[in-house]
Amino acid sequence: MSVIRIPPVLRAATGGEKEVAAEGQNVRELLERLAAEHPATQSQLFAEDGELNRYVNVYLNDEDVRVLDGLETPVGGRDTLVILPAMAGG
Amino acid sequence: MPSGAEMVKRAREQITEVDPRAVHDSASNGGAPLIVDVREQNEFDEGHIPGAVHVPRGFLESRIEGAAPDRSERVVLYCAGGVRSALAAKTLQDELGYENVESMTGGITLWKDRGFDVEVPRALTAEQRARYSRHLLLPEIGLEGQLKLLDAKVLLLGAGGLGSPTALYLAAAGVGTIGLVDDDEVDVSNLQRQVIHTTDRVGMPKVDSAEQSVKALNPGVEVMKHATRLDSSNIMEIIEGYDVIVDGVDNFPTRYLLNDASVRLRIPVVSASILGFDGQLSVFAPYDGPCYRCLYPTPPPAELAPSCGANGVLGVLPGTMGLLQATEVIKLVTGAGEPLIGRLVLYDALATTFTDLKVRRDPDCPICSREPGEISDEEMGVFPDYEAFCAAAG
Repeated sequence: MSVIRIPPVLRAATGGEKEVAAEGQNVRELLERLAAEHPATQSQLFAEDGELNRYVNVYLNDEDVRVLDGLETPVGGRDTLVILPAMAGG
Repeated sequence: MPSGAEMVKRAREQITEVDPRAVHDSASNGGAPLIVDVREQNEFDEGHIPGAVHVPRGFLESRIEGAAPDRSERVVLYCAGGVRSALAAKTLQDELGYENVESMTGGITLWKDRGFDVEVPRALTAEQRARYSRHLLLPEIGLEGQLKLLDAKVLLLGAGGLGSPTALYLAAAGVGTIGLVDDDEVDVSNLQRQVIHTTDRVGMPKVDSAEQSVKALNPGVEVMKHATRLDSSNIMEIIEGYDVIVDGVDNFPTRYLLNDASVRLRIPVVSASILGFDGQLSVFAPYDGPCYRCLYPTPPPAELAPSCGANGVLGVLPGTMGLLQATEVIKLVTGAGEPLIGRLVLYDALATTFTDLKVRRDPDCPICSREPGEISDEEMGVFPDYEAFCAAAG
């Protein structure tokens, strides 16, 4: 099982969960599993064309998936996926 | 027993002496010996031979190996007139086994008479030496680093949660000029975290309140107050001339605007943001590393970008994040350590975890993939869906 770390702004959509365990072969499968389990996250993660919203950064461990293979980046069972939204509070 | 004068005379007969002109010529021929000034601190501070290392004669035996670890290296000692250096040369030669040591005749007095250059180091005042003594003890900062801090001009955007601790600690550290940009007034709801302000200053402009605290802590700091809101018409004028900018603003449009202006002017930005119990921190150094737009090409919609005002923030969180920013500023100014360029740190106060993520330059970045001169005024601070974003954010 991989772990998906949920940022504060999405925790309302996951019932307050900070981490969600999910099974999948690649980043897309993990995030779709998350959206299936917590449907409120669907529109926040994915645009209508099925791609990630541009304002959502996703990191596989410490690397941005945009510099890997994006949603098709393979994921292993010990990997952590970090969903990172921009914050502007000061 | 011999008299002092006889002892000096005997020492000078037993060592090798060298004329200042020969030392000067060998230095300019590329065969520079190690030149060691054996005088006292105040004498050294008043002027010394360029490139000379300072080992006062009183510390000769204990410190010379640090300055000249190789005993076969050519070492030239000098003092004011050639006496102390002769005695020191004899000690190095006879007691410590230095094989190639010379004493410069006539000392720095004759050196100057010959018309050769003298380097007068910048020195701290006695008050500054005392105030910054704990920095001076750190090899990574030292006198050189402290002088860089005293010369530095750092602009803080926001004298609020993040700006409060940053301003206080940068003032304490001796940053020479601190600029403050904020158009707000102190509100009692600020005091849970904005520790630069005080209860009796509620209602006062934040830049004035912050200036009072900075001056009380360190009167040597010059405070430049900008009681205004940054926008595309004033940003270039305000930020130009600063060495480092500290971003603690509370909204996305200003963060994008700041990014674009700082890329155009090639000024590094130490950026932090906070919400609830979470903080983010990175350093955006234009063209050395990614910019804010490389990390966040577009802001989230307003419903996913709540403010601290709407969602709350733990009072100590901006303290933690602001001091991490102050630390990065000091590193950038002094050159100590590895600045947080190309990395993003996430801090989760509830879990007490720091997560380090890599941030890459985006080769297609709409701003930093281009030369500064190609970025127009009209583009600054604009992002996709900008108007819809601002309308939704009210």
